Amino acid sequence: MARPLSLKEISKKEVLISSGHRMCAGCGAPTVIKMVLLASDYPIIAATATGCLEVSTCISDYTAWKIPWIHSAFENAAATISGVETMYRSLKKQGVISKEIKFVAFGGDGGTYDIGLQSLSGAVERGHDMLYICYDNQAYMNTGIQRSSATPRGADTTTMPAGSVVPGKTEPRKNLTRIMAAHDLPYAAQASPSHWMDLMKKVRKAFDIKGPKFMNILSPCNRGWRSRTDEAIMLSRLAVETCHWPLYEVEYGVTKITFKPKEKKPIVDFLKPQGRFKHLFKPENEWMIKKLQEDIDREWERLQKEASLSAP
Amino acid sequence: MKLKGWGELTPGAVILEAGNAVEFKTGSWRSFRPIWKEENCIQCLFCWLYCPDMAIKVKDGKRAEFDYDYCKGCGTCALECPGKKGQKAIVMVEEAK
Repeated sequence: MARPLSLKEISKKEVLISSGHRMCAGCGAPTVIKMVLLASDYPIIAATATGCLEVSTCISDYTAWKIPWIHSAFENAAATISGVETMYRSLKKQGVISKEIKFVAFGGDGGTYDIGLQSLSGAVERGHDMLYICYDNQAYMNTGIQRSSATPRGADTTTMPAGSVVPGKTEPRKNLTRIMAAHDLPYAAQASPSHWMDLMKKVRKAFDIKGPKFMNILSPCNRGWRSRTDEAIMLSRLAVETCHWPLYEVEYGVTKITFKPKEKKPIVDFLKPQGRFKHLFKPENEWMIKKLQEDIDREWERLQKEASLSAP
Repeated sequence: MKLKGWGELTPGAVILEAGNAVEFKTGSWRSFRPIWKEENCIQCLFCWLYCPDMAIKVKDGKRAEFDYDYCKGCGTCALECPGKKGQKAIVMVEEAK
């Protein structure tokens, strides 16, 4: 029986990622991982793609993971976990294991949107019983804030620095959750750590569905977003309230918006606290903010239409 | 924490001790220290949930002290603390003071 989703109850559970990892102070990723691990009532085996999370939770011969954990390369977290899952199915058939175990792969946006996309797409197509979680911090933060396909339009990165030539990244971000939903997989969802109850419900739902599942979770990075160290949760909340990061799920092709902000805030509210968007507030770059707002309005409109089409 | 020589490492450098990162104390990174004011605490446990360093302990569903061995002083707990009647239950003070 699953524990009720109240913090009082959940806090009695052991957190399966330990202190002493070397993620930066105020990083969003450990909070995301912690919420995922706390939500599950099943034993978990995890694989991680190369990235901040992998390098800082597993330095030399020290690990912060209290669950079986494997890392092999940047591009193949999904392939690695699908191999582990296949071995589990074989052992189960042979009668060596009888326990119900769940398989999770964690990847950053670099390891998911760009480098690991083929591996993820393949694993989903093969129908492995696994959950892939992308903690999206919107650039290659581990190697020094290089632009990725998850970087939003207008953000300043080291490979597309804002200056006299370009006002930050000129292209919009890739909508990976839609790409994954287009695989017609049983479950794809988007979540944010600020809305922890929504996030944990989605993780639980995913674990109870057989087959490949995908979750895209926003994970603020104060180094790359050029924000204060205490703002990770606040920024992820603003991302949801401005509809920059809408919370929704696609279950067997049925789209459902799980959180509708009472009042959709202007995107400026999300951009203002972040140094990576500082240059957008110069008069010559104001058109970029307008463009960003248009992108968001269009996607939000589309999402609402899609949800109303699949409403019962 | 002591680094192992090559002869002491396991084959494939597999780590057999789960969660042994606790041997590495990250508290020295801190430049601001969170202080818990119990009288303003409503036991919402948001600080425990949002803490990226698992540096806030909970005992029997109730909030316990900070674990300053690991707290990196990011201040997320203080910012997210709803407090009581506008009074925060967590405040940040400079380490040097």
